[in-house]
Formats: sequence, structure tokens, C-alpha cells
Amino acid sequence: MSTFFKHPLTLRLLSVLIAAGFWEYLGRIPISPAFPTFLQTMSALGGMLADGSMVSVYPATFQPLLIGLIISSVFGIFCGVLMGLNVKAEWFGAPLFIVLQSAPLAALIPLLTFAYGIGLTSKILTVCIMATPVIVLNAYSAVRHTPTSMIEMGQSYLGSNLQIIMKIIIPAASPVIYAGLRLGAAMGFIGAILAELLITPTGIGDLITYNQSIAEYDKMYAAIFSIMAFAVLFIEILERTEYMFFRPDKRVTQ
Amino acid sequence: MSALAEAVPVENPEIAVSVNDVTKIYPGGVEALNDMTIQFPKGELTSLLGPSGCGKTTLLKIIAGLLKPTSGTVTVNGIPVTGPGRERAFVFQDFALMPWASVLRNAAFGLELQGVAKSERHAIAEKYIEAVGLKGYENLYPHELSGGMRQRVGLARALAVNAEVLLMDEPFSAVDEQTRRKFQEDLLQVVADEQKTFIFVTHSIEEAVYVSQSIALLLPRPSRVSEIIRPDIRRDISPDAIRRDPVYLDIVERIWQGLRTYVE
Amino acid sequence: MNIFGIKIPMMASLLIWAVVWEIVGQLELSILLPPFSHIIIRLFEIVPTATFFSAFWITAKCFLIGTGIAIIVGIPVGVLMGRSIVIDRMLLPWVNMFLSAPLTALVPVLMTLFGFGTKTIILTTVLFAVWIIVLDARAGVKNITPSLIEMTKSFQANFWQAFTMVYVWAALPEILAGIRLGCIRSVKGVIIGQLLVSVVGFGRLFELYSANFLMEHMWALLFVLFFFAFLIAEGLGILERKFEYYAASRG
Repeated sequence: MSTFFKHPLTLRLLSVLIAAGFWEYLGRIPISPAFPTFLQTMSALGGMLADGSMVSVYPATFQPLLIGLIISSVFGIFCGVLMGLNVKAEWFGAPLFIVLQSAPLAALIPLLTFAYGIGLTSKILTVCIMATPVIVLNAYSAVRHTPTSMIEMGQSYLGSNLQIIMKIIIPAASPVIYAGLRLGAAMGFIGAILAELLITPTGIGDLITYNQSIAEYDKMYAAIFSIMAFAVLFIEILERTEYMFFRPDKRVTQ
Repeated sequence: MSALAEAVPVENPEIAVSVNDVTKIYPGGVEALNDMTIQFPKGELTSLLGPSGCGKTTLLKIIAGLLKPTSGTVTVNGIPVTGPGRERAFVFQDFALMPWASVLRNAAFGLELQGVAKSERHAIAEKYIEAVGLKGYENLYPHELSGGMRQRVGLARALAVNAEVLLMDEPFSAVDEQTRRKFQEDLLQVVADEQKTFIFVTHSIEEAVYVSQSIALLLPRPSRVSEIIRPDIRRDISPDAIRRDPVYLDIVERIWQGLRTYVE
Repeated sequence: MNIFGIKIPMMASLLIWAVVWEIVGQLELSILLPPFSHIIIRLFEIVPTATFFSAFWITAKCFLIGTGIAIIVGIPVGVLMGRSIVIDRMLLPWVNMFLSAPLTALVPVLMTLFGFGTKTIILTTVLFAVWIIVLDARAGVKNITPSLIEMTKSFQANFWQAFTMVYVWAALPEILAGIRLGCIRSVKGVIIGQLLVSVVGFGRLFELYSANFLMEHMWALLFVLFFFAFLIAEGLGILERKFEYYAASRG
């Protein structure tokens, strides 16, 4: 019996139930007229999914997000790996990205809007500035910290530089690079939503602000709930792809 | 009667690896090797034994071509070393196995880097995986193996490239004591079977005396070869008998007496 | 990097970037990039003003309160999760979820509940910072050598003693790492909060500058922000390295 209560799935279910119950309770007090209950939110979510009003807004959110993430990943991994392999590139690039990583780059959004208008470009760039620094720095430090003996092994068995990079350094760095991609994707989502709330309301951001403005709080909460669930799912899938393509050792033991 | 007196000098042994006046100063001024000269006879296992800081791993990496000496030369079969080469294979202290590759791919990795076709390199690797006693484990990953088994994969990888000289950098130091003993016995078998030259770095006196045909005793500050000992212990008796053999014990004791002043 | 045998510090490359920026700015290639020197001049112009100071003060206050709450809540929760399997299994999915969720989507909720003021900004800051602090404190406690925990138990320490005398100290390297990452995040949170609330602090200044196309002012403001963000991150990084040896006894 006690093993049943301590089982991860039981406890996870229990904690979801507690959280939902607590939400429902707060909504029923109610703590604020702008705070719908859990059940109201879920029924709004169901309704919006059924009438298609939710699904139809996702492409608009997704377009800048995906384009931005692809640009940041390709550019970020390239820069990071280069900085990890080459001392000159490291000297030149690392400080810049270290500063950018700690900087609140969201503050650049007004500048971007100013320069590129309120269209797609500004939104893509918002995603890029949020996602790139962490991807670069992860790729850089992963490559930089490849175990010395692993590289020496490649050298002593006469691997060419290209072989050592492709067969040893990149696979060895892949978990940390992937961790960077996950963090970058999370930051990209933050940026994409921020752009929609700040620049022009489109996609899911529009759904949130519109329902907020007409005081349909259950729909507003449902929209927020869906994008958060979606982001978590997206990042989970990203994690799975790593095991599939790069780390057969982890896939086997799963 | 001392062990040294029993040691029979070998008549002009053929030299596989020759280290001539090698000095290594690391950036920052740390002197790891000072004008070291030493020769390694062909087909034998020579141990480099000494306390930490005597430069034994540095010397091995210079022979491997992984480090460049500040001055001096290393020749293998008379040809100067300028970098890693096919005639030398390295066995790493921390195994240096790729966690994302199966035992088979790890063992075949040296051949993969040489561009040997997949079926061929797998056939060769399988042969050596069997030789080191890991038959049946080909498709497992390193994290599923014990430390001792991982080092056997490292050894199979080194044997698979069919190098003449095997360079082993404290290969058993990350392995527990029982496994280590078994490993030493198996190593003797490998040395007997393969006509190869082994250079073996260790800090264990017992291990060096047990596995070596000759031991180069290295001392630090300044680093130098203090003496070459040929532990002429009997090899026709069982491993346990060797470990109780008075000659074996005498040599261990004598080396310890020489080293003890250097141990903090 | 070494040039002619002289070791050039890494951060020196930032000077080269500044020079590149100046050239790009002087050539007027993009309206996004006014010359670097103009920005610096502007910086010294706006920093002493009262508007700037009050905006800076609001930001600093929100940052400090938000980060403080995140630390005070985050560390005990993380330690509890590290010590209790049941609590861990119940909370970990949430922590992981909020760590990768787009928290910006929650700011409108905070605005409807708490209004367009500092309260919302502080809560945004907490939301950004707290999860990583929890997660790192948990990891730190999980990494404590088992024998140290057994030692604590064998001397019959109660939970409070164990918490204040052993767990927090033994997990300090990870906890400090969590605080550092949390601070980096809360700097982002405090700015994002102000951008969305947009009527107080730097948020108001951003509105003001972008409405009047004052590119140099905007950059000057950003430089101040980036400078302080970098200072906080590096300062905590130094602190973290000082206590690294607390983890030294782990096998």
C-alpha cells in the first residue's frame, strides 16, 4: 500500500488534483472577479478547441517562433562550436555573448519595433535575441570542456581534425548543446509571447489581450493555459529527439 | 642473494622505442622531464614506476606523440616521432570510451578513424573483444559495464589497430583491487600471445614487479631514471605462487626502500 | 589569447566590438545603431536626471524585493524536495514546467489581479527567478555525501538543526549557482514586467523614448541596464567560486 502511495505516477496525479482543487477553491471564493475557476477555464478551453477559435490562432504565433528558433539554433550552434574550437574566435566572441546572456535583452524590443516596424521581422528578431545567447554559450562551453583524454584518444588513433570534431567533440558536446536548445526554445517562447503582447496583438497573444479587454476571463485563462502546455510539450519533444538521434546509449536504457 | 645479481643482462636486445635526452618544460616553467634517456626493448613489457610528480605520464604521452618534448627526440624503430602514429596505440587511465557508442563501435574506433570498411573493422574488433573476454557484450554501452570491463574495451581498441607498441597509462588505477589482479594475470597472457612492445605506467610497486620484464624506476626533482630493474621471477608457476615467491617479495621490498624517501 | 607573447584579457575584445559599432554608426548603415560615442555622451547626460534616478530606484526596488522573495521561498522548498521523496515527486513536475513555460503569458493575469504597478513587476520577477533557485537547491541537497547526512542523523540533529547547520552549507555551491541564475532571470523578469506594465520605471522611459524616436537615449538606458546585469552576474559568479570547495569532499 505504501509503495502505491509513493509511486511517482500516483503522486503526480495527486499533485495535479491538489493544484486543480486549489485553483477551483480560489476561483469560487472568488479572490477576484477576474479570476475564473478551474472548471470554467477548462470548459472555455474545450469550447475554444471545439469551435476552432483556438487552433486557428496558433499558426500566427508559430510562424515567428519557428523561424526565429531555427535561425537562432543554426547561428548559435555554429558560433558556439567555433568559439569552443578556435582560441581567436573565443577571445573575440565569448565576452560579447557572456554580456548578452546576462543582459535583459527584452529591453531591445522597443528598438526593434522602432527600426523594423510592427511586422513579422520584429517578432522573429525578438525570438532570436531571446534565444541565441544561451544556445551559443552552451555550445561553446560544451565543446570547450570535451574531456581531454577523449580528444587525446582521437589524436593517438590518428583521427583527422575533421574526424575528431565530427565523431568525438560534437557527440560528446551534444547533451549540453541540447540543453542549450531547450533553454533557447523556452526563451524563444517567452520572446514570441512578449512580442505579441508588446508589438502587435496576433496569434495567442491576441487571444489573451482580446479576451482580457472584453472581460472574458475564462477564455483568457484558457488561452494562457494552452500556450503554457504547448510550450512544455514542445520542449519535451525536443528532448526526445536528442535521445533518438545522438545518444543511442540513453535510448536503450530508457 | 639480491634479485639484481640474478638478473641476466640481455645480449643486445632489439630496441623498439628509444628516448634520447628528452626534456619537457610545461608553459609556466614546470619542469616535468629533465634530459631523460631510456630505451625499451622489443617484445617486452617495460614499466615506468615512480612516485607522483616523476613525469612518467608525461614521458608516455611524449612517446605517444600527444605532447611535444621541449628538447630531445623519441624514435620508434629508428624513426623519429613527430606525432601520433599507427605503430603506437594508447590505453587511457580513464578509459576514454565514447559513452554514446556501443562496445563494438568503441573497440573498432581506431580502425574507423583509419577508414577501414565497416564489416571488416567489426570483424577485427569482435575478434579482440573476444580475446579480452567480453564476447557477448558487443552491443552494450560503456555505462552498462563495470570499470574493469570498460578498460578491457580500451585494451581491445588498442589491440585492434595492430600497433607494435602499446602505451598503457595507469590502465588499472581506476579499477578495484580484485578486478585489478585478474586483469594483471590476463595482461601477462596478452603479452605472451601478442608479439608487441608494452610500455606500462604504474604507481603500484607490486603491479610493476608482477607484470614487467623490466622496470624503469623514475625519481622526481629532478626527474631521472634512477635504475632499470629486471625482476627475473619465475613465470612457470601459478599467479598465486608468484605473489608468494621470495624473489618477488624481495624485489618489491627493495624498490619500496628506494622510493620511500620520496613519498610525502 | 596571446599576441606577440603578451596575454590579452578576454574582456578586451569588447573594446573591438565598440570600435566596430562606432564605425557602423558613423557610416549610418542602420537607424538601429547610432554611433557608440554619441550613446556614451547621451548616457552621461541622462544618468544624473531625476527621471532616470526614480526609474532606476523603482527597478532596483522591484528587483531586490522580487529576488529576495524568490530566495527565501526557493531555498527551503528546494531543500525539502531534496530530502523528501514524496514532496519531490509532487512538486518536481511543476518546477520543471514553470522553468520552461513562457512566463510572459502569465503577466496579463498578474496585471488583471494586481493592477498596473510595482506589485505586478515584483511578482513577475519572483516568477522568473524562483524555479531555478528551487531546482538548484534541490540538486545541491541531493548531491550531499550520504555519509554527511548519516553523520547528522547519528548525532540526533532535529530537522531545523540539520537544515541550518548542515544541508544549506553542504549544498551551498549549488544554492549559490541557483541564486546567480535566479538573479540573471530576475533581471530579465523585472525588465519584461516593466515593458508590459509600461507606466512605471524604465517601462515608462522606454515608452517615452520610443514614442519620440530617441534612439540614442534608448541605447544609453540599455547600456546602464546591461552594465548592472553583467555586474550582478559576475559578482555572484565570483562568490560562487569562493565556496566551490564546500563541494570538494564529494566523491
